[in-house]
Amino acid sequence: MQLIFEKSRPGRKGFALPEIDVPITAGLAKEYCRKDAASLPEVSELDVVRHFSNLSRLNFSVDTNFYPLGSCTMKYNPKFTEEVAAMEGFSALHPLLPQLLGGGMLAQGSLEVLYNTERLLSEITGMSAFTTQPLAGAHGELTGVMLIAAYHKYNGERRKHIIIPDSSHGTNPASAAIAGYNVVVIPTDKEGCLDMQAYKQALNRETAAVMLTCPDTLGFFNPKIKEIADLAHGVGALMYYDGANLNAILGKCRPGDIGFDVIHLNLHKTFATPHGGGGPGAGPVGVCEKLVDFLPISRVVRRADGTFALDYHKHKSIGYIAPFYGNFGVILKAYAYILALGKSGLIEVSENAVLSANYCLARLKDYYAPAYGKSCMHECVLSAARQLEQGVHALDIAKYLIDKGFHPPTIYFPMIVKEAMMIEPTETESKETLDAFIEVMIEAASLAKTNPEALHLAPLSMPVKRLDETKAAREPNLRWQPK
Amino acid sequence: MNYIPHTESEIKEMLKVIGVASVEDLFKHIPGELRPKSFNIPEGKSEFEVVEYLKLLSRKNATSLVDFVGGGFYDHYIPSAVDALACRSEFYTAYTPYQPECSQGWLQAIYEYQTVICELTGLDVSNASLYDGGTALYEAAMMAVRLTGRKKIIVDSGVSLIYRTMLYSYTSNLSIEFVETPVVHGQSCREDIYKHLDDHTAAVIVQNPNFFGAVDDFSDIVERVHKSGALAIASVYPVSLGLLKSPGEMGVDIATGEGQSLGIPLSFGGPYLGFIAVKKEHMRQLPGRIVGVTVDKDNKRGFVLTLQAREQHIRRERATSNICSNEALCALRALIYTSLLGKSGFQELARLNYQKAEFAKTTLDKVSGVKVKRSAPTFNEFTICLPKNADEVVYRMINKGFACGFPLGRFYKGLDNYLLVAVTEKRTKEEIVQFANSLEAALCN
Amino acid sequence: MTVADNLLYTKDHEWAKIDGDKATMGITDFAQHSLGDITFIDLPKPGAKVKQSEWCATVESVKAASDIYAPLSGEVLKANTQLTDHPELVNKSAYEAGWFAVIKIADLGEKNKLMNSTQYKEYIQGLSK
Repeated sequence: MQLIFEKSRPGRKGFALPEIDVPITAGLAKEYCRKDAASLPEVSELDVVRHFSNLSRLNFSVDTNFYPLGSCTMKYNPKFTEEVAAMEGFSALHPLLPQLLGGGMLAQGSLEVLYNTERLLSEITGMSAFTTQPLAGAHGELTGVMLIAAYHKYNGERRKHIIIPDSSHGTNPASAAIAGYNVVVIPTDKEGCLDMQAYKQALNRETAAVMLTCPDTLGFFNPKIKEIADLAHGVGALMYYDGANLNAILGKCRPGDIGFDVIHLNLHKTFATPHGGGGPGAGPVGVCEKLVDFLPISRVVRRADGTFALDYHKHKSIGYIAPFYGNFGVILKAYAYILALGKSGLIEVSENAVLSANYCLARLKDYYAPAYGKSCMHECVLSAARQLEQGVHALDIAKYLIDKGFHPPTIYFPMIVKEAMMIEPTETESKETLDAFIEVMIEAASLAKTNPEALHLAPLSMPVKRLDETKAAREPNLRWQPK
Repeated sequence: MNYIPHTESEIKEMLKVIGVASVEDLFKHIPGELRPKSFNIPEGKSEFEVVEYLKLLSRKNATSLVDFVGGGFYDHYIPSAVDALACRSEFYTAYTPYQPECSQGWLQAIYEYQTVICELTGLDVSNASLYDGGTALYEAAMMAVRLTGRKKIIVDSGVSLIYRTMLYSYTSNLSIEFVETPVVHGQSCREDIYKHLDDHTAAVIVQNPNFFGAVDDFSDIVERVHKSGALAIASVYPVSLGLLKSPGEMGVDIATGEGQSLGIPLSFGGPYLGFIAVKKEHMRQLPGRIVGVTVDKDNKRGFVLTLQAREQHIRRERATSNICSNEALCALRALIYTSLLGKSGFQELARLNYQKAEFAKTTLDKVSGVKVKRSAPTFNEFTICLPKNADEVVYRMINKGFACGFPLGRFYKGLDNYLLVAVTEKRTKEEIVQFANSLEAALCN
Repeated sequence: MTVADNLLYTKDHEWAKIDGDKATMGITDFAQHSLGDITFIDLPKPGAKVKQSEWCATVESVKAASDIYAPLSGEVLKANTQLTDHPELVNKSAYEAGWFAVIKIADLGEKNKLMNSTQYKEYIQGLSK
């Protein structure tokens, strides 16, 4: 498909601005002005509409395809939340208004949304308080690590490293490093859980925190999780929970109850806000009582008369993580989702997510080696190692799935499993969708034996075939150039 | 409503295949003592009930005030086509384009967006977007530290206090030295910057227009910055780039900014759009996702995520940043918006903003007691000095139906009588005249 | 998987060619093969001091980034700038055109810690099992 720039015709306009209704003055001095106008497209509104409508149809999406991308929780995004976020009362509100004198009264609706959401998230996760400021999951991780650093600094402790399992998501060690910590990596044992001996050896009074997810990235609930937390607390280290996998334990278990001190959630995963092709998301952070004072400012507070206000006077706070109160538009959608699902609905989420993933595992384990031979939670990790003997990689299986209209599962993560395929069906997919997916996976396993070439050539039915990623990296062409 | 399709009989079938008797069996490994100590969430409501409740809440927000507040976030008109297209669910319910063959829509859109940012800023390479203008500025500062190996950063105090606070919050655990230099007569004080500029300096950070609304040409500063081996970083307002000298033209190394003005609603603080663009030689230190062009097996043009070896999923603790995602949907809105406005429309938009603000300045000049600051040129935002405390004036103006501006005393010591006023293309001549009249009345008592 | 006879090798698959008080370094054929198509190399900078077995360069392929360790300690005299525009030279000619840098050796005794070509051949055979 042509680029929008390639559809440009000089002089074409896509939008008419109002006529100028004020006297025209001399204009800015030349030295402050740009010489040439930016070469933006010159197209009609219809050109724009056709271009982007057609572009959108080149994507797989949850609304059009099964999307079992492990670790991403691609569940259905309820449409009514879009309607709510578009309400003018919410979408047109300027963020600086509550910072004007008397301005808090101009934003009571939005402040109430933030306040209520913080409380609901606290109750769902067993934490004492939340901040909605972090703008994405990774951003929440960084915020969490900054809170840990502030806590230790305040207590006069010089802690140097954070312990992270080798199966962790890359954002964990990246966030730790960016906040100034060394990273100590602990291997995963034969059962797919944290190696306890290595853990105990690494844990000491220089450990600032232990970053874990539960269930872990292999889809297992570590039976020793409480012991891990107690050991960490024993040396004064904090426990950090990566909330990416919360979909597995909603209503069944709360990170706060296990002993986690800081957690982040991914609203675009567990709480069904749309992924938007990569964003915007939101990564609210919850803390235990002893970390509340370090949360970023401002905090939404409820006055005695029931009205809401912003409190900036928290001298132990780590400061600003975001320009304002977080991705309000995203938080609002999550709030609406929680209100719609309610207590029973949230519990049913984890029950059905775990049911669906185990169903996939049970039906596929004879064709693809499960990474570890036991039942999983909301996602299962299979390996295409068996298929590798025929020269077929997880990548080939993925490309075949695309031809059949399925978005592939996550591949090559976690990095500790050879030819990993992480399948997270989520609770919103029907049994017939799961069965159709499973059938194609079985077909692919069979083709790996009888006709591996068919898998190497896939995909054949998409607008493009396999792309030369080496060329893209060796000869970076990152923008269109006008002639 | 819980959006779960499984019927009783389907659940039974699946349990049979798995080989357990009940769904609870799948959770039996969670010990009793780790079950929730409480789970006091209200029961779910129907869609209708939730929508009605939230509609009521939305009405508790005041959005009928005429908006003259800016401060980095502006009330611009968003063409209907932006919503109509960005809300297509094949865009917003897709995820990261890790499988390029079934994500060409997103990948091409991001490539086009990267092109737009390069064109606006006059620089060579852009990424797929960052969270907001503040985190973008922080990423730029970290890039400069990595590229120069130095640890001192000079920050002009004309840079938004919100962004400066974010910068200091993020780096408090790292040993980076920040030096703030003053704004004199509205513009960056060269003398002070040069006084601190040495071979320990990683970067000098400026903003255009600055928080006071003043416009500048930083070419002279950039030249000196380069002479001392440091990098020049500028945080810029995209709509102003329809008129103002671009950071690229000034020789700036890294340009960042907030893209909210490009077709994204104010939405009480987010989601927003951070953009970053750099000179070609700094490309490999760019954080975040980047899309590039390539070909497929049949030599057909296609798009992929590229230069991924910089990112967290590969480099882990040695990544250029921990950022995993971008603000794709917001970047798409910005792309659609700039495509609709187009080359000439974007220039016209900038001129309209400029002229309306100039008219507001001359109109406010006539209000007794008000002094419009004219020591530096401005774009669509400017500073006025009031005869009394700006906070109180703002409060009175709210009662007259105007969000009349941002009191600078909130961010700058000793400026309690100063007000920052923004005028966009949405403000009509009548609104501006009424604003001045109301202000006159508000100052009377 | 070729192994050049006149070179010395490290366990991390770097090679060193000693010539008086200078050593040229690079990565082995085994290394380039397991990395896949190399897309970029972050070379050591002339003037930089490197230490044996410590990080001195990074090699990027499409899906990975690998740390390269100095086979010997010393000062970097020059780096192979050809690799900036042609990283594929490392894939095509790991021992010749794909050299990374020339180091002025600080301590010639360190070469005793390296393997000769026979030992390295055995070593990689052991790895493949």
